This record gives sequence, C-alpha cells and structure tokens, in this order.
Amino acid sequence: MQGETALNATALALDPPQAARAAEAGPKTAPKMATRGVKLWYGAKQALFGIDLDIKANEATALIGPSGCGKSTYLRCLNRMNDVIEGCRIEGEITLDGEDVYDRRIDVVQLRARVGMVFQKPNPFPKSIYDNVAYGPRIHGLARGKAEMDEIVEQSLKGAGLWKEVADRLHAPGTGLSGGQQQRLCIARAIAVSPEVILMDEPCSALDPIATAHVEELIDELRHDFTIVIVTHNMQQAARVSQRTAFFHLGKLIEVGETDQVFTNPRERMTQEYITGRFG
Amino acid sequence: MTDAAPAPDRFSRLRARPEGFEERSKALTARRYARERRFKALGLGAILVAMALLLILLSSVVRQGYGAFWQTYVRVPVTLDAAVLDPKGTGDPEVIGKGNFQKLIYEGLFGLFPEAKARPERRQLTRLVSSGANLILRQKVLDDPSLVGTTRDVWIVASDEVDQFMKGAIARDAPPAARPLKDGAIAAIDRLEADGRIEQRFNTLLFTQGDSREPELAGIWGAVVGSFYLMLVTALLSTPLGVGAALYLEEFAPKSRATDFIEVNINNLAAVPSIVFGLLGLAVFLGLFNMPRSAPIVGGLTLTLMTLPTIVVATRAALRAVPPSIHQAALGIGASKVQTIWHHVLPLALPGILTGVIIGLAQALGETAPLLMIGMVAFVVDAPSTPFDPSTALPVQIYLWADSPERAFTERTSAAIMILLAFLILMNLIAVLLRRRFERRW
Repeated sequence: MQGETALNATALALDPPQAARAAEAGPKTAPKMATRGVKLWYGAKQALFGIDLDIKANEATALIGPSGCGKSTYLRCLNRMNDVIEGCRIEGEITLDGEDVYDRRIDVVQLRARVGMVFQKPNPFPKSIYDNVAYGPRIHGLARGKAEMDEIVEQSLKGAGLWKEVADRLHAPGTGLSGGQQQRLCIARAIAVSPEVILMDEPCSALDPIATAHVEELIDELRHDFTIVIVTHNMQQAARVSQRTAFFHLGKLIEVGETDQVFTNPRERMTQEYITGRFG
Repeated sequence: MTDAAPAPDRFSRLRARPEGFEERSKALTARRYARERRFKALGLGAILVAMALLLILLSSVVRQGYGAFWQTYVRVPVTLDAAVLDPKGTGDPEVIGKGNFQKLIYEGLFGLFPEAKARPERRQLTRLVSSGANLILRQKVLDDPSLVGTTRDVWIVASDEVDQFMKGAIARDAPPAARPLKDGAIAAIDRLEADGRIEQRFNTLLFTQGDSREPELAGIWGAVVGSFYLMLVTALLSTPLGVGAALYLEEFAPKSRATDFIEVNINNLAAVPSIVFGLLGLAVFLGLFNMPRSAPIVGGLTLTLMTLPTIVVATRAALRAVPPSIHQAALGIGASKVQTIWHHVLPLALPGILTGVIIGLAQALGETAPLLMIGMVAFVVDAPSTPFDPSTALPVQIYLWADSPERAFTERTSAAIMILLAFLILMNLIAVLLRRRFERRW
C-alpha cells in the first residue's frame, strides 16, 4: 500500500488533501488527527476528562452529546482556538499526521491554515464576497497575482456551492447574503486556504431547514477532499452526514464508532438513551 | 376511573382573590399611570430647562457679540504726499515704510474741519480715528506704491470710542464726565455722519489681525493659528499614543495586577483637574527640558496628557464593541493576532475611535487652565509661524479680552466665544460625519 506509507511519512505542512485519499483503505490506516488523554480546564473547572479519539482522513466525524458535554471545547482544541481563552489549560496529546499540535515548534498560524474552522453563527467579514474568500490565501501568500487569486476564489466558491448565486456580484458585501449563503461563504473562506481538516461547530444551528439541507449536501461532498469534524445537536444531521460518530457526556467520551452502528446498535446504554431522546 | 374523590385544587391559594381586590387593582393601575406620566413630564421638563439655559447663554453671547462683526470706519481724504513719504522719489519700500502715515491721516481729518485750529479741538479730532490706523494705511501703500503722490478718500478705522458711540453703547446724553467722548467729538461725528463719511462695515480686521491694545485693531487670527498648532501637536501625539495604549490594554495585555493598576490610573487621569496638567507641563516641559515658554508645542504636549485618557477610554469601548465572531473568523483561517487586529478589528472600531479622538481634541480646544500655567497667556501680537513661537490660543484670548476694561473688548470677547463655539460645532459635525461614513453593519 503505497498510499499508506506516503501518508505515514508526510508530517510536513500543507500536503495536498488528495494524497490522503488512500485512507479509504481501512482501519489499519493512521488517523488524520488523534488525541490521547486530552484534559482541559477553564480556570479551576475541568471541562474535558481524558479524551482518546481518532479522526480518520476523508471522513466526516460527528461529535454529539447534550449541551455542556464538552464537544465544542474538544473541537476547539484541535486547532488551538482555545489558546485565546483566558485561564484555559490543556493536558494530553493532540496530533495532526503524527505531529503534536501543541509542540513548541508548531506555529499556531500554520496549524490553523491546515485545520480550518466554520462557526456556529455565520461570521463573514464586513467586506466584499471576493475579499472574504481571498483574505486567507492573501495572508498566507497562496496566490501570485490577480489571475491566480481569481481562480482560487472561483474554485472555493464553487466548492462551497455558492458560485452560481454570487458570480455576478463578487464585490457586493458578504454580509448582504442570506444566512445560508453566508454560512456557505464562510465554508468557501475556510476551504480557500486548502486546509486538510475542517472543523464545524454546529454549522447549521442558525439556518433554516432548506439552507441546512444545502450545507449538509455540501459537507458530504467536501469530505472526499477534506477531513471533516462536525459538532451537532441534531441527531438526524449526524446520521445523515457523518461516517463516524462520537458521543460525549459531561466531558467524557462515552462511545465512538461507525455512525450506522452508533445509531442502530449502540454499545452503551447512555448512548442509547441519548439518541432515542430519553435525556439530553 | 375508580378515584371518585375530586383532587384538591392545587392552585386554590393562587386563584383566590382577596376582599376588595377589584378596587385596589384599579387604584394601583391609576397610580402606575400617574407615576409614568410624572416620570415622562420630569424628563421632558429637564430637557426644556436645559434647552432654555442653552438658549439664554447663546442669545446673551450673540446679543453682546454680534456688534463686533461690524466696525465703524471714517472716510478721510488722505493726500499721500510724496514730499513726506518719499522725498527723493526712490520708490524704495523701506523709505516709504518709514513715512509718517499718522500725520497724513490727521491732516486729512483736519482738512474736513477747517474751523478747528486750536490744539484742544484738533486733539479731539485725532481721537476719532484709531491710533493704529497708520499701520493699515502703510500696508496699503506698500502693497501698491503707485498710490504715492495721489489724494484719495480712504476708509480709516475709527477709534473704539467712536465705534461704541455709533453702536449706541455710549449714551449721548450721559454727563460729559462719564463718557469718553467730549461734546466737540460728538459734534464732529454728527457732521461726518451727515456728510456720509462715517459708516459701519464688516469687520475683517477681527479675523485677520492678532491681538492689540487697541480694541478696534484686535483680532483673533493669532489665537486661531495658535490653537491650530496646539490641535496639530495634540492630535499627532495623542492619537497614536492613545490608540496604541488602548489596543495593547484591550488586545494584548495579560490580565494581571499590573494591568489592572494601569487601567485604574488611566481612569483616574481622566478626572484630574486640567490645571494640574498645566503645573505638570510647567515643571516638566519648561522646568526640566527647558522648552520655549508660551509655545504651542509645549501647550500641545500638555494637552496631550489631558486628552489621552479620553482617547484611551473611547478606543477601548470601540474595540470591545467589535463582535468576537470577527476575531474568531480571522483567527480561524490562520490570521495572526496582529493581522486580525489590523485587518479586521481596527477598521471596524475606526468610527468609534475617530469620535473619541475628535471629542478629546474638542475638549483640548476649549481648555484654558493648563495653557495659563505654561505662559500661553502672554500678550502676543503676531501670529506664530511655527509651533515653537510664542502664541496664545482661542480660549486664552477670550480670557485676556474678558479682562480688559474697554467696552469694545466686551463685545469682542463675545465674538471670540462665538467663533470658538463655531469651531467646536464644526469638530463635532466632522465627528458625526466620519462616524456615518465609516460605520459598517454586520
């Protein structure tokens, strides 16, 4: 398996996500991201109690669980967005392609270019649609000249399924779009820097059902090129878009497995009770 | 259902209405309405009182000051005698400049009153025109040397007494001892008026001249230039310092005892009386660094200390108003902290920052006390040509004029107040416009 060895060997920054396609191969493949014994404190309050979880390449991994269970906190550990929170302390190991993301030698800016993020509320910059998408490539120096940038913007918007709707008004403000379009713009902005992993923190919770369906379809398409981790409150959504599901409760990982298995035949009673709506 | 016994009503106590509930409820409602009406009336009353006071203030200033925008002039036939001004016919400005223009004006005036031969009578006549009128005539001739040797009617600035008399501020029927103009002078004014030789014209001198001991020649130009330099120095120093300090405190500083201490002290600084800043400026800038006395550069430095807290507080509020989602969005695609701030946070906070800066500068523009301490209260005739020259400022000029006994200075004090207020309104207008222009919605 050439692909497998190639994947194991690349610990370098910004390797193309296509290279990771070989991960289809099966359970023996090294995970894209792995966490071991991750514990997190906000001041004196502990929010995560030792999370061991592998995130496989080119899959959508759903994190589910009741409010306050730590799934968003865990998600934000993966690209060190918790760094900016005052009094936040983390223990344990988080790796991206075998590299510790909390290593001193890792530049957090580079890390976030490799592990992008889409937030709960659509948060486009108050700039034009074009500039929203072009911002990431611009600061990371991914385009030489206007023509290349135009291509990047076009591919990103096409990838986010927004191109047809905005092609004729790229210089209109991004904040003038509808909620669903704004969220897809944020996805386009995230993929424009060609990340390897995209973290999505309840990306549909502020959207109406039609916009949600749009974004869900998009996630299913994107997972072929990117690795996706999505936090959601919506069981059906987790079932629809993800291949693997992890169930969190009170800062602990209760169960993780193939989405079909978790939803049809969970191993833990607590998972069973949660997904059938008996608590939460 | 076998359970025949009716379940006890769980909410019986809540549903029970006490005796006389209806009336009490009505009374309560009526009281509530009355209270709301009183509250609204009180608020409206407060606004009306404030408006009335403002109106009284403004109308009194305008009533006292509008006269200063007009100045009485006397049309005098002046013979610009070449024998007096340029006897050798050199045409050299230096020679002409030394001519006795005062004498020419007086002679023209005496020509209008040929019957006045005695010295006391002539003395009365010379008091009709400003003792500084010669300087203006001299400038006119220097600008156009071809005037030498001609005789022409020239509008000469009247003295402040004549001006005030024409404006009705000096009563004609007051006892002669109580008025500065003697009977002879009043008779002369009447004759000039009958001949159409006396007139009130728009007072351009008020805007073009520096300070003067003669009220009719005193203008605010020097003070305006001084204030401009003050604002320039203050804006150039306090904006980067204030915005930088606010940025650091808001975005970078770790939460610690030290930063808390700094924060408290910045807020304390805002409450320090301005004269204390003046003393500080005196001790540090003049005493320690030996900077030039009375200079706008020192005034600007002192006012910078005063405006800093205003700008810091306003900037921090503006930075805090930028939604955290914008922060996260930028960090989430790998922008560094500095990039996030420069590309996203600062542009969004700009309207608030600009408003804070302009309000701080407007405060500084109206500030007098610290300037008194660093010697900007001196009598300065010339407008400063650099921030290092001695100068006054608008509010100090008002203070100086308010201190002068002449009736004409009272008028000019109010006029200067109007001009200062106009500048302040202009600055606030700019603040509003900038806000509108840069405000973005998300």
